[in-house]
Amino acid sequence: MQTQQIFLFFIGIVALAGLVAFFSGRSKAQRVRASGAEMYAQPDQYGWFTAISSAGPALLVGLAAVVAIATAGIDIEGMQLLIASLVVAAAGLVIGLALVKPDFHARNAIETLIRYVLIGAAMISIVTTFGILVSIIFEAIRFFQMESFWTFITGTTWDPGNSFQMAAGRGEGVESTANFGAVPLFAGTFMITLIAMLVAIPIGLLAAVYMAEFAPERVRTVAKPVLEVLAGIPTVVYGFFAAITVAPLVVDIFSPLGIEASYNNALAPGLVMGIMIIPFISSLSDDVITSVPDTMRQGSLALGMTHGETIRNVILPAALPGIVSASLLAMSRALGETMIVVMAAGMRPNLTANPLEDMTTVTVRIVAALTGDQEFASAETLSAFALGLVLFVVTLLLNMVSVVLIRRFREKYSANNL
Amino acid sequence: MSQSFDDISAQLKGRHRRTKRLKFMSMGALALAATFLVVFIGDMIMRGYPAFQQAELHVPVTYSEQSQEIPLAAVEEDVRDLVSRGWLRQLPRDMAADASLMGQTIERWVIADDQVDQYLKGHKSHLKPRQTAVLDRMVENGTAELKFNVNFFTTGDSKLPEYAGIWSAAMGTILTLLVTLAFAFPVGVLTAVYLEEFAPDNRFTQAIEVNINNLAAVPSILFGLLGLAIFINFFGMPRSSPLVGGLTLGLMTLPVIIITTRSALRSVPDTIRQAAFGVGCSRWQVVRDHVLPLSLPGILTGSIIGLAQAMGETAPLIIVGMVAFIPDAPTAITQAATVLPAQIFTWAGEPEQAYVERTAAGILVLLSVLIFLNAAAVMLRKKFERRW
Repeated sequence: MQTQQIFLFFIGIVALAGLVAFFSGRSKAQRVRASGAEMYAQPDQYGWFTAISSAGPALLVGLAAVVAIATAGIDIEGMQLLIASLVVAAAGLVIGLALVKPDFHARNAIETLIRYVLIGAAMISIVTTFGILVSIIFEAIRFFQMESFWTFITGTTWDPGNSFQMAAGRGEGVESTANFGAVPLFAGTFMITLIAMLVAIPIGLLAAVYMAEFAPERVRTVAKPVLEVLAGIPTVVYGFFAAITVAPLVVDIFSPLGIEASYNNALAPGLVMGIMIIPFISSLSDDVITSVPDTMRQGSLALGMTHGETIRNVILPAALPGIVSASLLAMSRALGETMIVVMAAGMRPNLTANPLEDMTTVTVRIVAALTGDQEFASAETLSAFALGLVLFVVTLLLNMVSVVLIRRFREKYSANNL
Repeated sequence: MSQSFDDISAQLKGRHRRTKRLKFMSMGALALAATFLVVFIGDMIMRGYPAFQQAELHVPVTYSEQSQEIPLAAVEEDVRDLVSRGWLRQLPRDMAADASLMGQTIERWVIADDQVDQYLKGHKSHLKPRQTAVLDRMVENGTAELKFNVNFFTTGDSKLPEYAGIWSAAMGTILTLLVTLAFAFPVGVLTAVYLEEFAPDNRFTQAIEVNINNLAAVPSILFGLLGLAIFINFFGMPRSSPLVGGLTLGLMTLPVIIITTRSALRSVPDTIRQAAFGVGCSRWQVVRDHVLPLSLPGILTGSIIGLAQAMGETAPLIIVGMVAFIPDAPTAITQAATVLPAQIFTWAGEPEQAYVERTAAGILVLLSVLIFLNAAAVMLRKKFERRW
């Protein structure tokens, strides 16, 4: 039998069991009630209870089967699974019906069950984080068994060479020159992030100052959503823009000056990434600036400061933790951004301080390592997970620091403290 | 010696000038950001609109046994290298499907080669002088024209630019987003309901909260690594399938849905809960019959925004293999598929000008859908916004 057919049959069994159980449970409750007994719950609730007690275990059987097949590789026949779920559903129905008695709290039973379902849903976020960590760490360890951790962190040559051929058992005769020194990738990532921040922080911050301090209400209500549009544009689109419009522009601008820029220069993706990040900085900074209490503005103006001096000397320093927090958050975005650099930055690991040369980044190498035809167990493929681990740790740290900073800012200026 | 009033007022002028300068600088920053947006969208439209047109040629087509064997024989010699090879390849199949065509010669519009297309649009092309001479003559007597490019919306990817379209990518996107929604919406809403309405404030719930916030800030490419390691390598789900892509995007969208749903639930005033408890409702009954219906617009708004984000996401899908060359539209969530952003990425890697056009056109389509989704979310919020 086809997997799809089995699936449909299974869903049919579960639905049918639920339906039959609901109506039989309800009608039994109605009969008991009609006989004059005082019941704790409504007939519908008894119906729901029997439905859950019949369809629920059947669903669990299916789920267990899927997990067993996927993880332990146990071979389960489709027919066996269907029969098992049918038996369980029938048993559940019998037990559920037997429980329909006047002194049974069907509503409370359902409540408890729902609570467990809700907890289960909430657990998924934890499982996901855990899953990311475990899957990345697990594969990264496999990588570090092949290549030294120390070389990875401090080496200055990234050249996977023919490590994938070695893994495929075709390495003989080919000289192995695989080198996994990630420093050029970190440097390239850092360079592009730096360019992005140099674009985004001044523009974003000034735009926030204008919106929070100078702009009339009308401009504010229009400007904010317009800026948000910049944040909503898919990154693959920014990547295309960087590669096809901005990179040639950079080359054209620098060539009359006698400076030759690469078409995969680091400047173009950096600039475009900066544009992408402007709304993060501006809207977070805007929130922070507007939440600086008005008493501080009044105090400053009362001492004879001009509006500009108040902003420079009072409001911005007061808002600094929040602004730094916004910048760190934006930085973590820039570090993890993939499509812009994949499409516009170079592929060549290049340790240089010149943003007009091509450079590559951590995310570019992750994509490059996983889109080839290599064996999964090759060092190059696994290196993606080692790089992912670094990315995860760095962005997590940045996020945590930014959360702490913004919390401090809020505590300092919350209404109770003034 | 004290300053004279003249000195002070001169100073004051300077100080006010500085305020003004700050004001104009900050205004300039905002204007600059707006300019970026305009330049960017203008650039995409300029590059993309030619792709909505496609050159077609009006030529006599001979349906005979010879053209059944060698499709090239169906058209006259001087236009043979001007009509699309893709169209010629289709010819024998057309004849097999409709036997009445046999033996006839019909004048009809035929899709032209992409080089002809580029030539008619005034771009650089590799056509030889003989070919351009023929084309110029055809343009003059109206047998070569740019027409609306229907193929772009009805076909899948193709190695021939004139036949490349977004249909299969659009289907892939729809299937992927269905999986995303089917997973992320119920789980996200249930989690939010638990945290907001049921959970006690203890270590466990705090851990979940911290987790959700962290998850929202994890770079999207790491979700791709997760999808690859767990769904494909561990559970053995089919690579490149909307199932894997949708689940991966679902995990990514989950925090967005949870966070917005929570704020929607929080905005329902407590008096409503108290009243419901007061007439003897259980906790779940309060949530199901009162809190959820009242917060539904907010939940839907958040879900639409999360879905729009997922729709534009590319990096994790590249990692789980949704960038393959997929000419046919997928019909099941386990088949290999590609999505719009991935299709844009693939085309962006092709050197031909015709693909650059199509990339930009694909971007225009994607952006229109995203703008539509976001506008729908805003309208929904406006329409059902409620103050208690």
